[in-house]
Amino acid sequence: MPDVTLTVDGKQITAPAGTLLIEACKAAGIEIPAFCYYPGLSLQAACRMCVVRIEKMPKLATACTTTVAEGMVVQTETPEIVQARKATLQLLLGNHPLDCPVCDAGGECELQDMTFKYGAASSFYAEPKNHREEQQWSPVVYFDRPRCILCYRCVRMCGEGMDVFALGIQNRGSSAVIAPNVPAHLSPDQLAHVDCEQCGMCIDACPVGALTSGTYRYKTRPWEMNHVATVCTHCGDGCKTTLGVRSTSSGAEIVRGDNRDKSGINGDFLCNKGRYAFDFANHEGRITQPLVRKDGTLQPASWEEALSVAGSRLKELRDSRGGAALGVVGSNRITNEEAYLLQKFARTVLGTNNIDHHRTADYVAFAQALAGHADRAASLHDTLKAPAVLVVGGDPTTQAPATAWNLRSNVRQNRARLYLANVEPIKLRRQAKGFLQLAPYGYNALAAYLAGDEAAAAAAAADHAALASFREAVKAEQDLLILIGAELRGAELKRLIEFGLSIPGAKLALLADYVNSRGAADMGLLPDMLPGYTPVGSQSALATEYGAGTQPELTKPGMDLLEIFDAAARGNLAALYVVGSNPVGRLGIDPATLKDTFVVVQEMFLTETAALADVVFPAANLYEKGGSVTNSYGDLQLVSKAGDTAGVRSDFELIVRVADKMGADVRKLVPFGTSTGLRADMGQTRGAQSGEADRHAIWLAANNLEPRLSPFDPFAILDEVQRLVPGYNVLRLQLLSGNDQHLSPATPATVDLSQRRDLVSPSGDSLFTSGTLGRYSSMLGDLQRNQAQQLVQIHTAAD
Amino acid sequence: MPTLVSHPDEVKVVSRRFGMGASDIDRYLELDGYKAVQLALSQGPDQMADWIINVMKASGLRGRGGAGFPTGMKWSFVPKQSPKPKYVLVNGDESEPGTCKDHVIFLHDPHSVVEGTMIAGLAIGAKLGFIYLRGEYRYLLKNVEKAVADAYARGFLGKNIFGSGVDFDIVTQTGAGAYEVGEESALMESLEGKRGVPRIKPPFPAVVGLYGGPTVINNAETIANAPHILLMGGEAYAKLGTERNGGTRLFGISGHVERPGVYELPMGYKLRDAIYKVAGGIKDGKKLKAVVPGGSSCPVLTADEIDVGLDFDQMAKAGTMLGSGGIVVLDETVSIPEFAMRVISFYQHESCGWCIPCREGTDWIKKTLTRVHAGGGTRKDIDNVQYLAENMMGRTFCPLGDAAAMPTLGFVKKFRKEFEDYIDGHRAGTNLITLDQLVGAH
Amino acid sequence: MSNVANTIFSPELAARFDHLVTLYPVKRSALVPMLLYAQDEIGYVSDAAVSEIAQRLSLEELDVRNVLSYYSMLRTKPAGKYNVQVCTNISCMLRGGYTVLEHCKQQLGIGHKEVTPDGLFSLEEVECIGACCWAPAMQVNYDFHDDLTPEKVDVVLEMYRKGQGKDVK
Repeated sequence: MPDVTLTVDGKQITAPAGTLLIEACKAAGIEIPAFCYYPGLSLQAACRMCVVRIEKMPKLATACTTTVAEGMVVQTETPEIVQARKATLQLLLGNHPLDCPVCDAGGECELQDMTFKYGAASSFYAEPKNHREEQQWSPVVYFDRPRCILCYRCVRMCGEGMDVFALGIQNRGSSAVIAPNVPAHLSPDQLAHVDCEQCGMCIDACPVGALTSGTYRYKTRPWEMNHVATVCTHCGDGCKTTLGVRSTSSGAEIVRGDNRDKSGINGDFLCNKGRYAFDFANHEGRITQPLVRKDGTLQPASWEEALSVAGSRLKELRDSRGGAALGVVGSNRITNEEAYLLQKFARTVLGTNNIDHHRTADYVAFAQALAGHADRAASLHDTLKAPAVLVVGGDPTTQAPATAWNLRSNVRQNRARLYLANVEPIKLRRQAKGFLQLAPYGYNALAAYLAGDEAAAAAAAADHAALASFREAVKAEQDLLILIGAELRGAELKRLIEFGLSIPGAKLALLADYVNSRGAADMGLLPDMLPGYTPVGSQSALATEYGAGTQPELTKPGMDLLEIFDAAARGNLAALYVVGSNPVGRLGIDPATLKDTFVVVQEMFLTETAALADVVFPAANLYEKGGSVTNSYGDLQLVSKAGDTAGVRSDFELIVRVADKMGADVRKLVPFGTSTGLRADMGQTRGAQSGEADRHAIWLAANNLEPRLSPFDPFAILDEVQRLVPGYNVLRLQLLSGNDQHLSPATPATVDLSQRRDLVSPSGDSLFTSGTLGRYSSMLGDLQRNQAQQLVQIHTAAD
Repeated sequence: MPTLVSHPDEVKVVSRRFGMGASDIDRYLELDGYKAVQLALSQGPDQMADWIINVMKASGLRGRGGAGFPTGMKWSFVPKQSPKPKYVLVNGDESEPGTCKDHVIFLHDPHSVVEGTMIAGLAIGAKLGFIYLRGEYRYLLKNVEKAVADAYARGFLGKNIFGSGVDFDIVTQTGAGAYEVGEESALMESLEGKRGVPRIKPPFPAVVGLYGGPTVINNAETIANAPHILLMGGEAYAKLGTERNGGTRLFGISGHVERPGVYELPMGYKLRDAIYKVAGGIKDGKKLKAVVPGGSSCPVLTADEIDVGLDFDQMAKAGTMLGSGGIVVLDETVSIPEFAMRVISFYQHESCGWCIPCREGTDWIKKTLTRVHAGGGTRKDIDNVQYLAENMMGRTFCPLGDAAAMPTLGFVKKFRKEFEDYIDGHRAGTNLITLDQLVGAH
Repeated sequence: MSNVANTIFSPELAARFDHLVTLYPVKRSALVPMLLYAQDEIGYVSDAAVSEIAQRLSLEELDVRNVLSYYSMLRTKPAGKYNVQVCTNISCMLRGGYTVLEHCKQQLGIGHKEVTPDGLFSLEEVECIGACCWAPAMQVNYDFHDDLTPEKVDVVLEMYRKGQGKDVK
């Protein structure tokens, strides 16, 4: 669009034709107030706060509905306009309860801010305000009707943004009210409720305190919290969530999660997990001191004792039975630096390639297929911009909600063409231009059919005509974004990707389940792959660095997750080192399997796996540490320490300490202080509280300084990652300034995928579950029960 | 059943067939029915649209709903070519207090609305027209439905009307109780099965209207005039009225007059004569106190201000509006504050609630005046009411806010003394409305 | 045969609804008339009616309720067999609308939006019904009665009480 020039408050500004005046002004630094306007949602012109004076227009005009025009002359803050806004505020305040001192929104309220600005402080109404009782619409959504100013942001957010349509407007005039989709008189408890995805976007959008969050309401005041922006620990989209943190006697408690400044990779969006499911951090079941098995039971022990037991026993077993008898299981929720460190620890200290993690997508095949096509790997940002999108498998609405949000927004705002191929009629079909119902297990056949194998049609879909036209439509696209679910793996995944690469400008992404599923694979938590998908045994800088020449057994792939437990069952696993994972619970391992194995677990909770351990180290979670994570798309982001639980330590620190107790050269494991040769201990010798070093590192990072002074400093490992891991040559300044950075998978050598066991096991998480971690979020539990109850109601109603 | 009235000063165009049994299609045909549409069709497919629009432009007909927009010009705004279907929408959601003229048209001459809809359709190239009647007008809807069905039965509607090769369909629609739906964009929302909340303008309906297609929306009386205008010629119609205010219009004179009723008077006819000559003067020999000249949203005129011609421009000059032609006459016994209370009570009830100034403004004016009625008012409340109304004027999402603010400002400004006396306990006039009635309404 | 299995409406109304949705470019346009016609048959817009209409128009029930609650003629509770709607807006008020309303209240023994114990009558004060020139006026269901006096009201009510009143639908 060509630019037009207009004059606003005497200042010449330019904006692309078609821009809304309110946006053009904002871009030029002129803030026009508005309650009902919300970028990206439909226009309302209802609150009348954004009125401005435009020359040659008889009345004040709403800046939110006026598009800029060449030569337009606009005044945004004349006495007439100020008076109009003041009068509107006076009208609102006439009925608005002035309970700001206890209102959750107090201090963060747009009505408060506007009142302050326009000075609508005096009221001339003598009539009492209309009081209504607060309603609990769900475990997480509360509605305080008198506070509502009817801006309809929540209604649009829910309908247009979320495609849920759980909120409506009922009655009219001064009786108009926001109404949820389960009316009181149809509800068993005679109270109104929402039957929805519980994302909480309505709360986020609410300019006042009419919609409040079940996890936060009446807990604290906004100004009593520190607001720490970090990355959500749940799904693979890696949304930015801002955690509100309050100091307590036992550390720093996270009391709120929200999308405070909307500056993250997720834009406006945050789902229920990012918003509410931080509460596992405050769960009473947190392990806060080391446990050592004595006389058959796990008993509290000192750090020194626990570290000594773990270190000495591991050293002994390595030395006596060799690295091949040791196994390591890593996590999808630890940082890249921790994952890298863990595999380096396994390979260089324990001397084993027997390392794996819960794989939720086949990134090895993805990297292999994209080898040499670095520009074809998609970022999450592409889901918002691509002119056409093909989604094969998966269900982004429940598994990758930010992806789903972006796709819906892209369809709504840019008229993107969405094509879906799925065995289930997933919800996104409502936005799709084409939905292809696949035959059961039809994904591999679809990949073959798309690639031109006509014989695969029968196994791909029952409706052959639909299949054919679907392929035709997809092939006719350019710059197609292809999102692939975990259903496709190995050679079939490669085949689909090759098809994708045949489409000009197409980009691809593979969707996994957890915050650092991609990072775990990228960082080489795999028995056959070193970091950066470097095949074990191939010639590489990494292999050389790790001493490949001196340890010939490390040139062969190690045991994968299932083989590790098979070895244990055969009595061939001397030790198992588990970080942030619960394979025993997830895989249903018989506890007897590990009876002859020395098990060390770093965990937050006494999971099925931790319960079998000989040593349990209380671990910090992702919200309690710094580092980086990589989402499904390869977007790298920094995480920041928000909460703090006394008695726990980061997985990073724990690995270093265990290695130290094993007699390893810590400086080789973590190349800290290398640039200056300076070795600065950041508190540990002073007996400082745990996490202090880490916190200091965060402070340094926040000030754009790179510490690298401590053996517990993730930046020291990031240096090494950047130096050695293919594809991770990150821009440090970009990262330090809090932006995401897209990385393409790189693989230095090809492997035969048909001979490789992918071992992918999707978590099957819903909107209200999150693997083992989800069990410890009471809010997710409440939401599951709430959902189950509503399903019962629906069934009863249908009977 | 509404009583038909008549007066020698009347000039009957649109009311020509009233009381003549024209609901019957044969009778309508005898009375020149469906001749206008055939005359239009006879202009040939290439000339027809322009011919109709030119005649309408020449007639000087201005919208009879209240805004007074020139009809021919409105029709000419519809793009000739449109990728989306075009529509005609007839606004029979007559709801402005004091207005009952369309009522009489639907009752006595429904075919004129049907024929007018067809003409509008031919003028803009629409194939489908909707006639929307307010929900309360069920018995009139029956009448219109029968007219439409009879026209279909004769082949006047449907495929290939009058053998012209042109198709035209009409669908009738009922509302369900909402003043706001009389606003044209809210009317479209209602017809699309939604809450009657107006749309953001621009785009205007002529470009993006019903179902996103270009749409002409006209008041029922405007539409009913079209066949007559085509037959008599635009200039002949224009000459009946005043400059820039062509023709005649239906005036419903109600309230304290001897002979209330719907009269068709030439545009520019004197308001004083309408009250004293046509409607027989003030009921029971009382004196005139005030007139609400064009439906309840028009600023009141005092007894001294009625020497004004009833057309859009003269009324505007007099500081009020011609509106919907509903002239409500108030005699000397009327308490203006109480009358004002009833007016604002209506707008408070009918505000759709969409925008803040209207939703909250009408509510607070009503609350304040209710307290005044209850005896708890102070003179400051008059200022407050005026302040509220002034801050609603021109600032609301749609004209309903203005419709509430304008009469309120008129009452408060022109009868301030009476408000002050009312607050001071000196209540002139009869008790129009009790406090219970004011509070209890709805 | 209705397009909806197990319709709650009479076969005639169900057939009318089947037809109604075909008239418009978008079937949702039938919503407001359907709600009113359903009310005419059932006496009010019941939950079951909301549900079936939502189904017929492929709408969320919430959406139907949003619309339903907007229009003042639509109700979600039963009214009397004869719903007496007295206009008290300006033209009627000036000519005795409130007298008519008070008279009805007295004669029927009920107030605004109340129903007589026998379910025969309900009473409602309504805004302008477009009978200003024949004021004061009221509607019993859809039938207009104008130029009223208390005496005329008595006659009208008696007529309905005896089942002789017109019932336009």
